[in-house]
Amino acid sequence: MTMTEPLLKVRGVETYYGKIIALKGVDLDVHEGEIVTLIGANGAGKSTLMMTVCGSPQARNGSIVYAGEDITTKPTYEIMRTGIAQSPEGRRIFPRMSVLENLMMGGMVAENKYFEDDLKRVFELFPRLKERQHQSGGTLSGGEQQMLAIARALMSRPRLLLLDEPSLGLAPIIVRQIFEAINELNKTDGLTVFLVEQNAYHALKLAHRGYVMVNGVITMTGTGKELLSREEVKAAYLEGGRH
Amino acid sequence: MDYFLQQLINGVTLGSIYGLIAIGYTMVYGIIGMINFAHGDIFMVGAFIALITIVALGITAATPLLLLIAALVLVLVIAMALTAVWGWTVERIAYRPLRGSFRLAPLITAIGASIALQNFVQISQGARNKPLQPLFQGGFQLSDGAGTGFAVQLSYMQILIIVTTVVLMAGFTFLINNTSLGRAQRACEQDRKMAALLGVNVDRTISLTFVMGAALAAVAGLMFLMYYGVVDFFIGFVAGVKAFTAAVLGGIGSLPGAMLGGLLIGLIETFWSGYFSVEYKDVAAFSILAIVLIFMPEGLLGKPEVEKV
Repeated sequence: MTMTEPLLKVRGVETYYGKIIALKGVDLDVHEGEIVTLIGANGAGKSTLMMTVCGSPQARNGSIVYAGEDITTKPTYEIMRTGIAQSPEGRRIFPRMSVLENLMMGGMVAENKYFEDDLKRVFELFPRLKERQHQSGGTLSGGEQQMLAIARALMSRPRLLLLDEPSLGLAPIIVRQIFEAINELNKTDGLTVFLVEQNAYHALKLAHRGYVMVNGVITMTGTGKELLSREEVKAAYLEGGRH
Repeated sequence: MDYFLQQLINGVTLGSIYGLIAIGYTMVYGIIGMINFAHGDIFMVGAFIALITIVALGITAATPLLLLIAALVLVLVIAMALTAVWGWTVERIAYRPLRGSFRLAPLITAIGASIALQNFVQISQGARNKPLQPLFQGGFQLSDGAGTGFAVQLSYMQILIIVTTVVLMAGFTFLINNTSLGRAQRACEQDRKMAALLGVNVDRTISLTFVMGAALAAVAGLMFLMYYGVVDFFIGFVAGVKAFTAAVLGGIGSLPGAMLGGLLIGLIETFWSGYFSVEYKDVAAFSILAIVLIFMPEGLLGKPEVEKV
């Protein structure tokens, strides 16, 4: 898209689980200020790519460069201190911690002085969390947990936000709320978002650019609109996904 | 009644020592799901370090009281620091290389570490009992036994043990519940992968858990030494098994559970010895553990595993 160096540059990444190959040489770019969506069927390797960016598991071959720095072999906790945050698959809320404590965990890598302001900001974004701040994470509904997972990721003041299926298992109205929140963060704060989705229609509409992954390789790329209009994409990923 | 009161005092004292050791078991189990069988021996090492420091500093009962207290605080700090290094080392050598290996592997190295520590102390310090003259004599006479013929004593030593334990446990509970280190530890306990995704250095957090457990065990070691006045290289085994029982009774993984469990095991043992037979005190403690586990498999204060969504 632009000529500048991308914020996240993934080149020829191969990831294995034991002897089984999950990513077979993935190339992907995310530029500063973009929303990039990765779609693909269940088991295509989308979540694996997201976790590989975070070094868990690490790529066996290829390279991942973030903000000009090679992070391929860095330990996860160091990567997460460089401005990358992830709201992972399955949300992974700490069940025996309160909502507030979950958010404190998210804010751990950020400087303390920002905490109050950031807390206010995520409570504005997701007012439900404010009501439930003293409730333990395990007692929240699926939608609330999803909001909490995103809010927790935001508390680290990320430059690059990785969102793994934020719409999974949620009611359409909540999906809309969450996608609106993502859009707003991108527009007003210039947050760069890399989004993995099965809910392809909404995710591609939201995105500047998209990628399609099949069996551990990228098969198509283009702007969100282009991908939405492609017959193959429609047939494979949009059947019934428009609602 | 007087007799009962005396047993209660003795039981709480013993329970305090068990509770301090039990915290180390329960925290390590909570964070890596492994029983650190070497923890009892870490307690023993702590007792020896305390003894060596006391002898090296030349502390005796004849030392003026204020100086004695200051010296004992110094002994406590030294014992905690050095024992913590031992705890850290055991984790680094025996457990960390095996993380991600099959579940039984670190359990086996734990037993190995336990034997290694015992033998090391046996060889370097000798196998004989090491006595220590009592540093604090006397105490409060709560009842002179005029009517019952039984005098109730609350010794200064017992007060010291109970007060130190209460202070340490309160401080420790605060640390776990309210500091960012404590939060990181609880996060690792609940979901290590997610903790790493939030920038927590999981290995370092686990190491610190071992360090804290070992430091508390060192406190227990010093108290055991001063209370009973004798240590040998094998005290870690029995105390370790008891403290482990306490942790399981209270609900392994639960911090208040370990404290409660320690207290209960101490009380059960003393009361059984006082009213029935000394020989069967261990049987009593373990029987009650078995009965509790039949009806409450997760222990008294353990967390039920239903919250997972």
